[in-house]
Order: sequence, then C-alpha cells, then structure tokens
Amino acid sequence: MTAAALEIAGLTRTFAGPPAVTALAGVDLTVRPGEVFALLGPNGAGKTTTVGVCTTRVRPTAGTVALDGIDVARAPVRVKQRIGVVTQYNTLDRACTVFENLYYHCRYHGWGGREAAGRTGELLAQFRLADRAAAMAQTLSGGLAQRVQLARAIAHRPSMLFLDEPTAGLDPQSRLALWELIAGLRAQGITVLLTTHYMEEADRLSDRVAIIDHGKVLVTGTAAELKQRVGADTIVELQLERLDDALVARLEALPPVRRVHRGEHGLRVFGTARDGLIPPIVEAALPYGLADLRIHEPTLETVFIQLTGRELRD
Amino acid sequence: MTDGTTLRALWGMVLRDLTVLRRNFLPLMVRTVMNPLLFVFVFTYVFPTIGTGVGVGRGGEGLGYATVVVPGLVAVGMVFTAISAVALPLTMELGATREIEDRVLAPVALELVALEKIVVAAVQGIVAGLVVFPLVYFIPATPVHVHVASWPLLILVVLLASLAAGALGLVLGTSVRPQQIGLMFAVVVVPITFLGCVYYPWALLAAIPWLQHLVLINPLVYMSEGLRAALTPDLPHMPPGASLGALVAQTVALGWLGVRGFVRRTLT
Repeated sequence: MTAAALEIAGLTRTFAGPPAVTALAGVDLTVRPGEVFALLGPNGAGKTTTVGVCTTRVRPTAGTVALDGIDVARAPVRVKQRIGVVTQYNTLDRACTVFENLYYHCRYHGWGGREAAGRTGELLAQFRLADRAAAMAQTLSGGLAQRVQLARAIAHRPSMLFLDEPTAGLDPQSRLALWELIAGLRAQGITVLLTTHYMEEADRLSDRVAIIDHGKVLVTGTAAELKQRVGADTIVELQLERLDDALVARLEALPPVRRVHRGEHGLRVFGTARDGLIPPIVEAALPYGLADLRIHEPTLETVFIQLTGRELRD
Repeated sequence: MTDGTTLRALWGMVLRDLTVLRRNFLPLMVRTVMNPLLFVFVFTYVFPTIGTGVGVGRGGEGLGYATVVVPGLVAVGMVFTAISAVALPLTMELGATREIEDRVLAPVALELVALEKIVVAAVQGIVAGLVVFPLVYFIPATPVHVHVASWPLLILVVLLASLAAGALGLVLGTSVRPQQIGLMFAVVVVPITFLGCVYYPWALLAAIPWLQHLVLINPLVYMSEGLRAALTPDLPHMPPGASLGALVAQTVALGWLGVRGFVRRTLT
C-alpha cells in the first residue's frame, strides 16, 4: 500500500464577515499517487479554497492537509518545492516575456542559469510556444496564457500538480488543446488535483471524481461508479408548456420509468431501457405542450442534480 | 530544503527584478532626475542669475543655498526612487493580476520574498543617489561646498537611508490599492519631501518649535540630516549618532510593518 499523495482531513475554513462565509465545512479527500483526481462542483462550492489550502496560500480554520506526508500548514516551504499550480486567473509575470516567465520560475526553485535555460527551451518546444518565447506575457490570448501557466507549473518537475479551473473562460478549441496537454501529463505519471465546474472536463480527464457543494464532499468514485448511482441508464428530458402532477403520476406508472424529477422548465424522466421507453412518454406528454425532448445517458451533471436538486451551472 | 536553495531562489528573484529594471531603465531615470534637475536649475541657477536669491538664514552663512540643498536633494532622489521601485509594481502584483503568485509559490518563506523587495528597492535608491549627486553639484551658478568628512559615515547613511526607503515603499505598496497610488504620492510622498529637511537644515526649524518637533516622525529628516553630516559637515546638522540611530529604528520598524503587510496580502 503506497501512502496517499494528498490527504485532506476534516478541512474547514470560514472567512470572517460580515457576512461570515463558510467556504469549507469539513472536507475529507484522499488522492492516490499518479492519479488525476477531479473536484467537481458549481462556483462557490469551495474548490478554490481547497486548492488554496493545499498549496499553502490559504490558512485552514481547522483540519489538516498532508502532501506526500508533509503537513502543509507546518512546512509550507517543503510543500511548495513539490507542487505546481495553475490558477483560474492568469498570474503570469506581466513585466516579463514568456521565456522569462519559465526561466525565472526555474530560478525561483533554486535551479542554476544553464539548467533553467535548458529546461525553458524544452518546455517551449513541448508546449508549442517556441515562436512566442520573446512575447510579453500581457500580450497573450487566454488560451496561450493558460498553456504558459501549465508549462510554468510543471517546469520544476513537481510531484503533484494543482489545476484550479484551468479551462474556465477558454474558447472550445483552446480547451481541447489544454485537455490534450493535461492528458499528456497524466501519461507521465504526475499526480493531479483538478477542480472544475465542467462535467465533461472531470469525465474526460480524471481517474476519480469527488462532487463538492457548499464546502462538503458529497460523493467520491470513478465517473462510471458515480453514474451508476443514478440507477437509470436512459434519461429523457422533456420541455413542457404546462407542468402537472397528473402527468408526473402517469409517467411514474410506466413500467420502464424509475423516477421523475420536476425541474424549472420541464421534467427529467429516469428510465431503465431505451426500447419501448420513448413512445409512451411522448404520448403522455403531448397534451401538456411538449416543446422539446432530449435523450441521453447519465452524466456527472445528472449525478450532481440527483444529489443537490440543482444544476451545476446554476 | 538547504539554505543554498533559498539563497539561489532569492538570487533568482533579484535577477528577475534587474531584468525588469533594465527594460524600464530610461523612464525610471527620467522620473528620478526630473524633480532635482528642475529644482537646482530654478533655485540655484536661475534665481541667483536673475538676482533673486534664496537664503539659508542663520548658521549657513557663506555657504550658499546650493550647498544646503545638495544632501536633501540626494536624499529625496533616493527615497522617491526606492519607494516607487517597490510600491508601484507591488500594488499591481498584489492587485487584480496577482502576478506575485509565482514568487509566493517559490519554495522560500514569504518573509524573505518581502525582504528581497526591500533590498532591490534599496539598490535602486543608491543608484538614484549617485545619478542625482552630479546634477546638484554641477548645475548651480554659485559654488557648492561638499567634502566627505567620513566615508564610513557616508556609506552607512546611504545604506540605511535606502533600506528605510525600500521598507517604506513595501509598507505603502502592501497597504494601498492600485487605484489609490496617485493619492498615496500626494498624501505621503509629497509631504515627507516638503517636510523632510530637504530644502533647509533641521536646526534652523528652531524658529518654529512645533514644526521642528513634528517633523521628527518623518524618516526623510534623518536621511537628509545624515547626508548633511556626511557631505556638508560645515552646515548645521543633527549629531550623526542621532540620525543613524533613528534610521536604524525606522528601518527595523518599517521593515517589520512591510513584511507583515506582505504576508497578510499573500496568505489568506
């Protein structure tokens, strides 16, 4: 049994008000060495605060975080040697070029000039940034800046990488490019804690997922395990002009239907088999002004809705 | 973590600051030079030449106003540059862009990152002093009488003055929001300059006792008076021990405040 790469136990953090805010209300998590672990939750769930404590920048109110067995609050300098961090916001050094951002990062980690320059060249090639080496950091687009931030985060060869909403606000193409790079890092065996409110991101990149809301972890497991919890293999979303209890009762009485959730604009019907599921639902819903119908398999978003009754991007 | 790594990391931060400094050298020098250049030009060249002298009053007879302002203007040049060197970029780095993050995440105690800022600002302050000195020495129409009575005293004053100024810059940079930076110069930097015994020796303020006592809270007073003792010892000046002691105390107090402010701003 290998020791945990990251062990979070009973972590709480309250911010003095007014109004006082409880950002973390007792978070417990274990990240194993070499895995990509996603912390999925809506904005304000406590993801960034969790990463802040793990990366020594936020003090916990109570609880402990151990990284490779090192207490983060007691030995921040030793922890900082082992971690790389990509923040949601662009924190590149605006007064420096792309090359200098990477080069001085290595110097801040105690590397000599020649080593730092060599590593910078390597990273510029790996992240396809060579033609931007002399560009000032402030001139970069959002996608490019995140790429430089990712290169900077791994420059000193950390054992664990924290990616806090790495693709928030990026265009789809830049997001895909960054996903590819993150998948590449996973192949190199680096442990990653990724926070995101995009369920596709958690689904696609991570080995395991924890769903977090209101400063608490609700559930942890592989994406497949979490989706199984939904207890249905087909979800039919109905957009209706009118909502009625009679309709809900009628749908729930259909044999392949497990449950019906009432949403703001319609119903979400959880069924077990696709064959024979759709026609009776359509027939029942037509008199209520059926405007749209979507059929999909359970997603992490479905899991979140089931756990909280809310949508991820509320 | 060995101490060698800590020192190499801090050296990396110094190199980074020097790279940025080299890039901004010209505008920085213009900012440093403009005020003393115009001051000596108008007050010690134009005024004497058109026959409107500015006096020194009692105690400075025979030495002329041009000599009185040499130590003060050098001190202002150092202070202004050292404060700007740390406070202006720091308000940005700690502000919306959080550019400081990469240095906060370097494997070094936060306190040392803050001290590095003070030291680099002090070095810039010393360079500014060296640039201002020839201006205030050569431009005046009337003779300037400068002689270094004690090199160790001069070096000590310059070192302490630049460190105190860097520490003051750190205090201001960590306590002011970027939008308030202009206000900070108006409320802090301008008053300490005018009331810093730059344009008159402290001893002559005896004529206004309340002011003479009030200005003692101003760090610039000890820098000007310390330099006066070192560069123009024939003019009235505070005992060197007093100005050196005050400079040490202020460097420690401002340094402590600044480092504390830096840690508060970077650790939530």
